[in-house]
Amino acid sequence: MAIVPKKHEMPSQAPEVRAHNFKEVALGYTAEIAVEEANRCLNCKNQPCVSGCPVNIHIPEFIAKVKEGEFEEAYKIISMTSSLPAVCGRVCPQESQCESKCTLGIRFEPVGIGRLERFVADYHNENSKEDPVVPESNGHKVAIVGSGPSGLTCAGDLAKKGYKVTVYEALHTAGGVLVYGIPEFRLPKAIVAKEVETLKKLNVDVETNVVIGKTLTIDELFDMGYEAVFVGSGAGLPRFMNIPGEAYKGVYSANEFLTRSNLMKAYRDDPVTPIMKGGKVAVVGGGNVAMDAARTALRLGAEKVYIVYRRSMEELPARKEEVEHAQEEGIDFRLLNNPVEILGYNNPDDPRDPKNGFVTGIKCIKMELGEPDASGRRRPVEIPGSEFVLDVDTVVMAIGTSPNPLIKNTTKGLDVNSHGGIIVNEDGLTSREAVYAGGDAVTGAATVISAMGAGKLAARSIDEYLSKKN
Amino acid sequence: MYRIVSKKPLNSTVTQMEIEAPLVANKARPGQFIILRVDEDGERIPLTVAGTNKENGTVKIIFQIVGGTTEKLNHKNEGEYLQDFVGPLGVATHTDGIKKVCIVGGGVGCAIAMPVAQEFHALGAEVTSIIGFRNKDIVILEDEFRACSDRLFVMTDDGSYGQHGNVTVPLKEMLEKGETFDQIITIGPLIMMKFVVLAAKPYNIPVTVSMNPIMIDGTGMCGGCRLTLEQDGKRVTKFACVDGPDFNGYEVDFDEAMSRNRMYMDFERHAYEEACNLFKKEVA
Ligand SMILES: Cc1cc2nc3c(=O)[nH]c(=O)nc-3n(C[C@H](O)[C@H](O)[C@H](O)COP(=O)(O)OP(=O)(O)OC[C@H]3O[C@@H](n4cnc5c(N)ncnc54)[C@H](O)[C@@H]3O)c2cc1C
Ligand SMILES: Cc1cc2nc3c(=O)[nH]c(=O)nc-3n(C[C@H](O)[C@H](O)[C@H](O)COP(=O)(O)OP(=O)(O)OC[C@H]3O[C@@H](n4cnc5c(N)ncnc54)[C@H](O)[C@@H]3O)c2cc1C
Ligand code: SF4
Ligand code: SF4
Ligand code: FES
Repeated sequence: MAIVPKKHEMPSQAPEVRAHNFKEVALGYTAEIAVEEANRCLNCKNQPCVSGCPVNIHIPEFIAKVKEGEFEEAYKIISMTSSLPAVCGRVCPQESQCESKCTLGIRFEPVGIGRLERFVADYHNENSKEDPVVPESNGHKVAIVGSGPSGLTCAGDLAKKGYKVTVYEALHTAGGVLVYGIPEFRLPKAIVAKEVETLKKLNVDVETNVVIGKTLTIDELFDMGYEAVFVGSGAGLPRFMNIPGEAYKGVYSANEFLTRSNLMKAYRDDPVTPIMKGGKVAVVGGGNVAMDAARTALRLGAEKVYIVYRRSMEELPARKEEVEHAQEEGIDFRLLNNPVEILGYNNPDDPRDPKNGFVTGIKCIKMELGEPDASGRRRPVEIPGSEFVLDVDTVVMAIGTSPNPLIKNTTKGLDVNSHGGIIVNEDGLTSREAVYAGGDAVTGAATVISAMGAGKLAARSIDEYLSKKN
Repeated sequence: MYRIVSKKPLNSTVTQMEIEAPLVANKARPGQFIILRVDEDGERIPLTVAGTNKENGTVKIIFQIVGGTTEKLNHKNEGEYLQDFVGPLGVATHTDGIKKVCIVGGGVGCAIAMPVAQEFHALGAEVTSIIGFRNKDIVILEDEFRACSDRLFVMTDDGSYGQHGNVTVPLKEMLEKGETFDQIITIGPLIMMKFVVLAAKPYNIPVTVSMNPIMIDGTGMCGGCRLTLEQDGKRVTKFACVDGPDFNGYEVDFDEAMSRNRMYMDFERHAYEEACNLFKKEVA
C-alpha cells in the first residue's frame, strides 16, 4: 500500500467564520479519518516518536489500537503515561516533540500523533460513563499548591494510590493557565472542568480561593497534618519591556488581557468585567501567548491586529499550527520590529479631556539578524534611524513571565535560582524536606506536557518517600 | 460559598457586612484586603479587611456603593452567601517603631483607615485621627475613631458637621504649630492623598498612602494594578496587590494612578445602570 504523504487535514471552522467567534477552531478527526491517519503509522520497531514525547507515551501501541477501531483500548494505553491527553493532544508543540522524530517525517509529513491522541481522548470523554474507582485510603495526606497541569496531574496520581489529596488554588476556578490563559477557541474550558471533576470523583478536595503564602503557609500545611507538599504554582508574574508609555491606558500584560477575556468572560456581549474591545491592537511577542492574545483581540472585534516580534518567522517560538491559524485569520505579522516606546494622547489645553492617557500608537525600530547568540538563534540588532509608528489603541505585552515570589518569600529554606525558579533535584524534591515542586514554577514558562510530566515525577517521589516513612 | 453573618448600613451609600471566612479571619492584619465575587460570573473586586473576629471566624468589610458590583453586593442579605472570598492579600501596614501617628481618612477611606488606627492604639501609640466627608449625612465610623484616637478631627467639606474644610486644614495647622509625627498614614481618594503628601512635605514627615488601583487576581499575576514609583531618580513599576497597597507617598506618581483608575469609566457607568435597572433604582 502506498504511503499517504500528507497528514489527514484537521476539520476546522473556516477562518472568516472563526475570527468572529470563540468556539473551538479545530473540530477534531472523525472515527473514519482517525483510522485512516492511524494507518499511515509504520509501527517502527525502534519507536523514535516515543523519545520525542516528554512523557514517553506508547505511541505506536496506541495508534495500532486506533487502526483496529479499539479506541477505548487506545485510551488505556495513553493513560498509562499521560493524564491530560485531551489537553496535550490539542496544545502540545508536536512539531518539535513526538512528530519531529517520526520516521515518516523524513520523506513525508509525520503521522498526526497529536491529532490522534486528541481523537482518542475525546472519544473516551464522550463515550465512557465509568466513574473512576476510588482506591482504598492509605491514611497519608498530601497538599498540592496550584491547580495547573502539574498540580492536577500530581493530585490524580497520588489519589489513585490511595493518598488523601487537597489541591489549593488561589483563583476561583481550578485549571491554572488552562483556564485563565489558553483561550476557549483552542482549549474548551469544559475539557479542563471535566479533568477537575474526575479528580473530585477520586476524592481529591479542590479548595479554591486559598493563596498559599497568604491564607495559609507551607509550614501551616504541615501543622495541619499534610506529610508532603507539591508546589505547582506556575510562572504567572508578567514581564514588561520597561519602555516609556507602558502605564498608558490600553497597555495590558497578556496575562491581564487573557484573564479578563477567559476567566472573567469579558468576551461575552454583556460582561461584568471590562476589556478594551475593537480598534487596532498590537501584540508584542512571538510565542503561544502572543498568538492567543492576538487571536483573542480579533475575536473581541478588533479591526486590525499586529504581531510585533523582534526576530524573524523562523525564530517564532509559537506552535506552527497557531501561527498558521493566526495568518489565515488575518493577523498582520510585523517581524524584525522592536518596540521602543508607547505613545499616548495628551491634550495640553484640557487636562480633563477623557481621551487623555489612552494609547495612540507604538513606536518600533526595525531589526536585522546578526550573529547567532548563546541559544544558537541569530541575534536581532537595531537598524539605526529606522523608527516608525504603528497607530494602535491597545498594546498587549506578551514577552514572558517568571515565577511568582509569594511562596519563596513565605517559606523558610526554600531555595530558588536567579530567575526565581524553585530549585529541585532529579526527584522533584526542593531544598525543604517533604516539599516537592514542578512545572513552570521550577522551569519558568514551558509547556503543558512538561508540567504534567513534572507532576507525575513528583507523585512517584512523594509515594516513595511516604511509603518509606511508614 | 461564604455566608453573610450580618449586614448593617452605615449611611445611605456605605454598608458594613461580616462574612464567614475562618481562614481569612485567622490571618488578616490591618492594611490587608480581600477579593470577592458576589455571584457566579461576577467581577472580582478588592475590599479592605475592616476587622476580624477570630472566634466566630468572620471578617468585616465596609463598602461604598459606587458601581455595578458594589450595588449587587448591597442587595445581598444576612444569611445569604457570596460566591468567592479570598485573602488576606497585600502587605499589612508597617507599625514598627511608630510611637506617634496621624491617620488621615477621607470618605469610605475611613473604613480602610479604621483598623489601622485601632492597631496603633492597641500597640500603645499616640493616635491623631482626621476623618473627612463631603457632608453630615455621610459621616461614618465617628464613634469607632473616637474610641481609638487620642485626638479626633471630624471634617466636612460644606461645614454641615464637625469642622468646616478638608482634611489637610487641621493637618497643616498642627504642622505649622510645630507638631510632628513619626508617620502620617493617609487613605482616601487619590487627589486627597496627593494633597496630604504635599502638606507634609515641607516638614519631611514620612507619609504612607494606601493605593487602590483596579485589580483582578490580587496575586501578582496580571499586572493590571501596576503603578509607578520614583525611587532615587528612577521610575520603578510595582504591583499594588503584592507590593502594597501601602506605599511611600513621596514616591508615588499620583497623576498616572488617577489616569489609570479612569480606564473603564464608560463601561462602569453602563454596568452600574444595568445593576440599578435590575434592582429598579435611580442612578444618582
Ligand atoms: C496564553 C498561554 C498559552 C499557552 N499555550 C501553550 C500551548 O499551546 N502548548 C503548551 O504546551 N503550553 C502552552 N502554554 C504554557 C503552559 O500553559 C504552561 O507551561 C503550563 O500551564 C504550566 O503548568 P503549571 O502546572 O506549572 O502551572 P500553571 O498552569 O501556571 O498553574 C499554576 C496554578 O497555581 C496557582 N497558584 C499560583 N500561586 C499560588 C499560590 N501561592 N497558592 C495557590 N495557588 C497558586 C495559579 O493560580 C494557577 O492556577 C501557554 C501558556 C499561556 C499563558
Ligand atoms: C486594595 C483595595 C482596597 C479597597 N478597599 C475598599 C473598601 O474597604 N471599601 C470600599 O468601598 N472600596 C474599597 N476599594 C475600592 C473598591 O474595590 C471599588 O470601589 C470597587 O471595586 C468598585 O466596584 P463596582 O463594580 O461597584 O464599581 P465600578 O463601576 O467598577 O467602579 C466605580 C469606581 O471604582 C473604581 N474601581 C473599579 N474597579 C476597581 C477595582 N477593581 N479596584 C479598585 N477600584 C476600582 C473605578 O475607578 C471607579 O471610579 C478598595 C480598592 C482596593 C484596590
Ligand atoms: S503528549 Fe504531546 S508530545 Fe507526547 S505524544 Fe502526545 S502530543 Fe506528542
Ligand atoms: S515514528 Fe511515526 S511512523 Fe514510526 S511508529 Fe512512531 S508514529 Fe508511527
Ligand atoms: S491585581 Fe493582578 S497583579 Fe495585582
